[in-house]
Amino acid sequence: MSAPVHTAGETDKRYLLDNERVLGPLMLFPAVIYIVALVGFPLLLAILYAFSNVTVGDPRISSTDDFVGFDNFRDVWNDGVFRKALRNTIAFTLISQVFVILFANILALVLSADFHGKRLVRFLVLLPWTTPIALGVLGWFWMLDSVYSPIDYALREAGLLGPDSVFGPGRNMYWLGKTDLAQAAVVVVHIWRILPLATVILLAGLSSIPQDVKDAANVDGAGFWRQLWYIRLPLLLPIMAVATLFSLVFTFTDLSVSLVLTRGGPVNDTQVLSTWAYFKGIQGGNLAQGAAIALFLLPVLVAIAIGMLRLAQRSERD
Amino acid sequence: MAIVETRKLTKEFDGDVRVVKDIDIRTSDGEFLVLLGPSGCGKTTLLRMIGGLEKPTSGQILIGNRVVNHLPPRARQIAMVFQSYALYPHMSVRGNIAFPLKAAKVDKAEQQRKIAWAAGILGIDTLLDRKPRQLSGGQRQRVALARALVREPNVFLLDEPLSNLDAQRRASARDELQLFQREIGTTTIYVTHDQVEAMGMGHRIAVIDSGRIRQIGTPREIYEEPADTYVATFLGSPPMNLIPRGDDLVGFRPENFHLATDAVDAAPGLTFELTSIREEYLGSEKLVYGEVEGIRTVARMVANAALPALEGGSITLSVNQADVRIFDRESGLRRQPEPVKITSGASA
Repeated sequence: MSAPVHTAGETDKRYLLDNERVLGPLMLFPAVIYIVALVGFPLLLAILYAFSNVTVGDPRISSTDDFVGFDNFRDVWNDGVFRKALRNTIAFTLISQVFVILFANILALVLSADFHGKRLVRFLVLLPWTTPIALGVLGWFWMLDSVYSPIDYALREAGLLGPDSVFGPGRNMYWLGKTDLAQAAVVVVHIWRILPLATVILLAGLSSIPQDVKDAANVDGAGFWRQLWYIRLPLLLPIMAVATLFSLVFTFTDLSVSLVLTRGGPVNDTQVLSTWAYFKGIQGGNLAQGAAIALFLLPVLVAIAIGMLRLAQRSERD
Repeated sequence: MAIVETRKLTKEFDGDVRVVKDIDIRTSDGEFLVLLGPSGCGKTTLLRMIGGLEKPTSGQILIGNRVVNHLPPRARQIAMVFQSYALYPHMSVRGNIAFPLKAAKVDKAEQQRKIAWAAGILGIDTLLDRKPRQLSGGQRQRVALARALVREPNVFLLDEPLSNLDAQRRASARDELQLFQREIGTTTIYVTHDQVEAMGMGHRIAVIDSGRIRQIGTPREIYEEPADTYVATFLGSPPMNLIPRGDDLVGFRPENFHLATDAVDAAPGLTFELTSIREEYLGSEKLVYGEVEGIRTVARMVANAALPALEGGSITLSVNQADVRIFDRESGLRRQPEPVKITSGASA
């Protein structure tokens, strides 16, 4: 009888990574670090700042005297611009969502059909999503320029703008200078921005409906509309919820569109929570109030996060 | 009720891959016709063309003596059951069965009556409020059948509806399905790759290979009088033995291959030496494998048959002349006895 070549200890070491209780935490470690450092810590800092009197010039919290309780929230709430920003944030988000879901459904249905040049059209539809958001908005900024807007030019050429015309008598629309037009412009850019993502998500959902089920509906006598309402849309509903939650987050927290397009103007009429937090906290130097404004995003984001987790759970169960 | 007919029906994919080639079929009214062939032989494509889910490249499809090529599936008065059952996952069993009725704008009371009727026939009355994911494979299959039945179609098209069931359940489902079809008497076209299903259920079987029909006939005709070596070896398990003799292939079924000593009867026959034998005991019978002139050959015998040689040895076996089928070695076609009939018209 010869002795075993390896002792138990050696064997354990060699197969250490086969042990899930070792491998699991090891693999999770980077993700945990990432979340703590880049999400958890800033969030805590924001909450701390929101209850303090810090400014850009004096960002230190040195004693308990630096804590001011709910003063920041009260001041922020009593500011008319903040209320406007809150209203705008909610309105822009909801209105753009309605159009995004509507258009994304139509686009996804069209793009799921077979036709010549489908790849090219899909590519073009996706393009806005691949453009850096600030650059995309800059493009829109030029498109809607108060003097050189190509849209104004086209309207003028079509005889719709200028003296004695439908949109006249001025020679320009001043898209970003009038409240209603500027607000509409922000909503349109949001739709343009989110639509590709929502469309791609819905396309994936559509292609996950089994061919057999569509065939069965065909044989069962359902025409296009009946199939759409009773088969496709209901089966698409869970994925539509995913698309909606994603685009809700993107639109609700977006800074770039209002900042680049209108800088919150005219007269704060396109101000949203993120731009207002930026103007107050960074540009205005009142870090504490900026943090308080930004924290108003939190309840909505928490609700959306819960919604997403629920959806994920449900799809795991089914 | 209706007769389904195809005339020179052909389907090409991407210009040159022909998956269905010049198929001529004509069912009789109320017939259970099985399309039998290996996977990829084009049988499902043929079924989908009849159902209107696939456009034929050329040829005609007639249902009830009317050309339906240009009609969408919903205008063809057919019902189809898919291999996956294709139930609508978000609807209850009741919703699934009601769907074709709603599409046909049947009024509410009539809908309820028909759902109850179909559910009664298939024994799923107690499952009406469940969702498909809460059902077993066999229950799903019945729901799919009920959904097909409720429209009272002229033709049933079934695409391997039993292949997702386990072996035991499949045997009883086969029996139920056949009973069901004989009871309602609707013309049925049934696609399968399983010869046991085909033999057991069909009035007639169309054996399909590489997009062509090799033979159409009753199960007995297909089994006993195969038109060529393909049909002879596709049906039967183990398949027909084929032994070369000059330009011919001598074919006979394993169960007709007797121990020579048994053949005291004066029936004329052929005798072969089966070498390096090996036995496979199957309970009710046994298979004796070996070689005849280097060709692998099988005999099927009763389980307690005593062999005059041990494993690895040689035995002499014979086959009655009446059980011998001669095929052309080159073309594989039947030469002797003259094929009784290669039916392509109605027979049931």
